Amino acid sequence: MIARILATAITEAHIARRNRWVLIAVVLMVVFSLVLSAVGSAPSGGLGADRLSVTVASLTSLSVYLVPLVALLMSFDAVAGEVERGTLPLLLTYPVARWEVLAGKLLAHTSILIIALVAGFGAAALIAVLNDPAAASGFAALWRLTWTSTLLGATFLGIGYGVSSLARRASGAAGLAIGVWLGLVVLYDLGLLAAVVADDGGTFTKVFFPPALLANPADAFRLFNLTASQATAGTAGVGAAAGSIPLWHSLVSISLWPLFALGFATLAFRKVEP
Amino acid sequence: MTSTLTISHLTKTFGGVLALTDVSLHVAAGERVALLGHNGAGKSTLMKVILGLIASDSGEVSVCGAAPGDANARAKVAYLPENATFHSALTGLEQVRFYMRLRGENPSGAMALLDRVGLSAAAKRRIGTYSKGMRQRVGLAQALIGHPSLLVLDEPTSGLDPVSRHDFYELLDGLAADGAAILLSSHALTEVEARTDRLLILSGGRMVAEGSLPQLRREAALPVAMHITAINGYDTDILAALPNAIRVGSALHLTCTQDNKLATLARVATLQDKVADIDVIPPSLEDIYSHFSRRDGQ
Repeated sequence: MIARILATAITEAHIARRNRWVLIAVVLMVVFSLVLSAVGSAPSGGLGADRLSVTVASLTSLSVYLVPLVALLMSFDAVAGEVERGTLPLLLTYPVARWEVLAGKLLAHTSILIIALVAGFGAAALIAVLNDPAAASGFAALWRLTWTSTLLGATFLGIGYGVSSLARRASGAAGLAIGVWLGLVVLYDLGLLAAVVADDGGTFTKVFFPPALLANPADAFRLFNLTASQATAGTAGVGAAAGSIPLWHSLVSISLWPLFALGFATLAFRKVEP
Repeated sequence: MTSTLTISHLTKTFGGVLALTDVSLHVAAGERVALLGHNGAGKSTLMKVILGLIASDSGEVSVCGAAPGDANARAKVAYLPENATFHSALTGLEQVRFYMRLRGENPSGAMALLDRVGLSAAAKRRIGTYSKGMRQRVGLAQALIGHPSLLVLDEPTSGLDPVSRHDFYELLDGLAADGAAILLSSHALTEVEARTDRLLILSGGRMVAEGSLPQLRREAALPVAMHITAINGYDTDILAALPNAIRVGSALHLTCTQDNKLATLARVATLQDKVADIDVIPPSLEDIYSHFSRRDGQ
């Protein structure tokens, strides 16, 4: 079982390396992290926080958008591409279970994501520490950001595999993946924000808003990191309502989401008839 | 001899259309069986049922004593799909190593395997740069991994040149001698070059003929053609002696049944001093195949 998962992971890693996915993911993360740490460093003196903690707050906002995008881009082709190339029937005649195929792909894609995260966050941390010796106290926040970003990435990789299985064509899967990203990462927040503003501190804000934030993996990720580093004050608007949600709620959400997403992917892949 | 693959009364429909109707067959260990049929006769569907990729509607299929698609069956069955395709970013070597790992074999044997199918020189090039014949060889190499008990090969010789085709059948002979059961499909009898033990002809989803080439030849009972060249000026005499003959250009053509062949030849022999030459032409492989595949399906 382990050997078959590793075999798939090695092959996927070869493919990702050749298709420049490793390079693209690393360059994206490094460039955006450096830009954000440069921009975010200006007001640090006034806030009284160390430089790295401020950078981490900026990187959290970056990860919410970028990590799901990179994960979906890496995963949308995973099943639909095999169907379209005609490589799936042969693969399924091998003594390998479908979940093992997905697990192998997940292992490879998650590893690439971790490499990109470490490169990007590492570069930002290096700059922060070089400029401010007190920044070392922000390492706990950086470590938290790294592992939660990995969980967020795994969630969207799983969603990507599921979408890929449902679409069965790479072009359709790409469209669906972009739709999922827009919906979960951009429109969902806009919708919530509009509702909160319209509600003006009423029932919606108090009763429905917190669970709605926890139900979305990207929001739960942001909530967890901001709550944990007590940086919620810096994020205007959402902060007030978010402050009332205990830390463990968002922790449970970001821990369960990868499992839900991979369960969805496995079920969807099982329905694919070669 | 034990049967590696047994199918009885298999039926499969796609949206109400019968793809396979009451198909029964068996392939024993060490036996090479060719499955013939036109495009759409049901060959690939039958193979996919055997591999467990699609489920049958009714009938029994036993693959190495297990149900098709079962983990035990998959461990013992190798498949070569029609127009084998692989990820174009991988090299031939990486692709074969991957398949060896999936079968629990040591991937260090991948180069030897590629060498066996004549692909060692291109092993480290991307599959995207390969010709169709080379991709087919990668497909063949992966089908040889780990001594399979049953090989299911869907049009394995398509895209291969005559020399490679010959090498391919040599490989099959070796595998069969080691006890592997082989089921290969083709849409032409000439393609299998009569290098199989038994032929199955599928037409319109039904099994219309089964047997060795001599058996099928006898069963088809197609007429034998004779082309007689007369010595100058004697053709009218020969036409008079053989009322069935007709003049085609400068030659005289005659057909007779298999049973009448010797008697007809004896009569021609009596005209020895008037006949310059005679060619006896048995029914071709294509003729025999067309006879069976048209009888039922069309």
